[in-house]
Amino acid sequence: MDKIWLVIQREYLTRVRKKSFLILSLLAPLLLVGASILIAKINASDGPDTVLVRDESGLGLSSRLVDTDELRFAPAPGATLAETQAAYEKAKPQPAALLVFPAGYALDSASGPRLLAKGNVPLNRQSNIRKAVNKAVSELRLSRSGIKPETIAGLRADVQLTAINLDEQGGKRNNVAATTGVAYLLSILVYFFIFIYGVQVMRGVSEEKSSRIMEVMISSIKPFQLMMGKILGIAGVVLTQFGLWLLLTWGVTTLVVPLLLEKGQRAPVAATAAPARAAAAGIAASVESERPRPVATGGSALAETAGQQAAQQAASKGLFAALDGLPIVTIIGGFLFFFFGGYLLYSALFAAIGSAVDDQTDAQQFMLPVTIPLILSYVVSINVIINGDPNGTLAFWLSIIPFTSPIAMVMRLPFGVPAWQLLLSGSLLVLGFLGTTWMAARIYRVGILMYGKKVTYKELSKWMFYKG
Amino acid sequence: MLQSDQPPILEAIHVRKAYANHVALEDLSLAIPEGSIFGLLGPNGAGKTSLIRIITQITGADSGEIRFRGQRLNPSHAAEIGYLPEERGLYKKMKVGEQLLYLAQLRGLSRADAAQRIKQWLSRFEIKEWANKNVEDLSKGMQQKVQFIATVLHDPKLIILDEPFSGFDPINANLVKDEILELRRQGATIIFSTHRMESVEEMCDSIALINRSRKVLDGPVSQIRNQFKTDTYEVEGKGKLVVYHPDFEVIEHQERENGFFYDRIKLHTGTTPNDLLRYLITQVEIHAFRERIPSINEIFIQRVKETMPETLVEEMSQ
Repeated sequence: MDKIWLVIQREYLTRVRKKSFLILSLLAPLLLVGASILIAKINASDGPDTVLVRDESGLGLSSRLVDTDELRFAPAPGATLAETQAAYEKAKPQPAALLVFPAGYALDSASGPRLLAKGNVPLNRQSNIRKAVNKAVSELRLSRSGIKPETIAGLRADVQLTAINLDEQGGKRNNVAATTGVAYLLSILVYFFIFIYGVQVMRGVSEEKSSRIMEVMISSIKPFQLMMGKILGIAGVVLTQFGLWLLLTWGVTTLVVPLLLEKGQRAPVAATAAPARAAAAGIAASVESERPRPVATGGSALAETAGQQAAQQAASKGLFAALDGLPIVTIIGGFLFFFFGGYLLYSALFAAIGSAVDDQTDAQQFMLPVTIPLILSYVVSINVIINGDPNGTLAFWLSIIPFTSPIAMVMRLPFGVPAWQLLLSGSLLVLGFLGTTWMAARIYRVGILMYGKKVTYKELSKWMFYKG
Repeated sequence: MLQSDQPPILEAIHVRKAYANHVALEDLSLAIPEGSIFGLLGPNGAGKTSLIRIITQITGADSGEIRFRGQRLNPSHAAEIGYLPEERGLYKKMKVGEQLLYLAQLRGLSRADAAQRIKQWLSRFEIKEWANKNVEDLSKGMQQKVQFIATVLHDPKLIILDEPFSGFDPINANLVKDEILELRRQGATIIFSTHRMESVEEMCDSIALINRSRKVLDGPVSQIRNQFKTDTYEVEGKGKLVVYHPDFEVIEHQERENGFFYDRIKLHTGTTPNDLLRYLITQVEIHAFRERIPSINEIFIQRVKETMPETLVEEMSQ
């Protein structure tokens, strides 16, 4: 045990003392926040999209189109359609589209209005415009059928759907946007950290092998101890880096950013910095949430104009109020557990690869089967869990199988996961990493002393059953 | 010589080791006397490294046993063994001092002890100022010195040096030789493993010859040499030598420049070198007269010929 501890120390210290570690630790949060500020500034100048409206039908529809958060309707200049088009093309800044109600358009025809634009109109913009037009047309129809405007106003429903998560005690308000944002962030963290540091384990092993220190090492320490020492030492580096990022991101967003920006600009920043901070907040919320946050809450009104992304909206409604509805303790505990389990599982495999090959170019062929489940579990999970049903059958299986569960389960955590599933997935993950570690250790033991040999899969499987 | 009456520090008893497609060691038994310099000799691929890896517990034997001072070899013995592998290597991006500290602690030394000894050794090798340099900034010879220090830092009782002098320049090789003799004087046992038999011949007290995974011969060097002595003498001198005598037999005769000659003459039983000398003096002027003692390499080849007639001697002795 003493010896493992020595290895852990060495692996940890040599990495943490590197300049690149320091630079990455300091720069990443600054970059993240800097990028957020940049996006905020760009976004702030970027109001709702303007849609020019040309009404040739004489129905007075253009005055009935109501501006929304996303769209602003303006009457199009020009006497003829051709002139209007020319004006649209020349206009600066370029309006998003030109909406035309042709002459002879009757209210009961389903088709008729046309949307002209340079290039393609994004689907969500099309649908926003369609909604606005539908609303205007149906109001016109209602008033034509003799209903008074006051009656229409009185009849119009404006339902705000409030989703309640029954799993939470007291049935707290549930904020899908915040939940989705946290799910995204946690899973992307797990994905990147497993990838980056798993590859570091592999490189560390192949470095030991190619520098030929391996034989000296394993005459004083068991191969398994050496491998585990490396994996755990690098895990320490991960946690340190992670802690530093958290601390710095929090520090920069709360202390530095408010000083840099004038009052008016704070709100959009709070909104766009939200993705960066949601990570910090997701973990640190329990510590921070008691304190009122002037930046986030004070900006709610202004931020609405800027926020388009789900995560941004989460911030605009008060980031911490939103996160309040999430099972914070489960998320933090689950994140740490599944991240660590996944890291152990994958880094053992990376260590085995590093031990089997002579140099890193040979590692490519063996990396594929390890990286594919990792990449797939991220890509598939996003589609199945975030864009699909977080509690569906496929989501369930993805979050139960050890190779995909570190990412899939972490993604599901903010949506709430039944305890028995957490338990099952957790135990399977433990079994999974015990299994891969055992397998990896057997390959490692043989591989580290094998030089000048092109290794095949067949050979790797043989190594696993070598004795002593 | 002190070796043969000491109890062995290390014994191998009927050790066998096989890999997937070949047998590396077959029924190998040997004893290494405490306090001796022991040569583990044999051509490349004979099984030397396999045996060393079993002794250093990198691998295990399939059957048979290794005993360290009478105890069955176990991981606690790692602290008593120092090992310099044939493939030298250190962590390139680590400082010399830290690296030595790390390796010594892995061998069971306390931090304070290790730091103390590192200081001593570095000044002994006059490389104190390198302690804070990265290994990759050192020359190859310097790295070898550092690695030698790493091997002996924890004051091992048994030091195993695989191809010890390969890679050292002559000056450093001598430095290391002196250190090895000093360590032996302090009571350590040293195993040299090499295929270049002549390089360690004069330093070894005992040897074992290994060929094709089997032991061919072992014992104290002096004893082996006596055993393989053939009562042959080398004579150099000036004049015309004609040997015609029932007790003496000329094995080799060379005429050299300016009337000099070189002869190898074998004595038949019952005659002494003095008899030969007396006989020669009457005929020629003698400049050199010495017993012809076979080198370990010659003994090895002869022994392989005797015991393994099927192996090709040329292939073995390359």
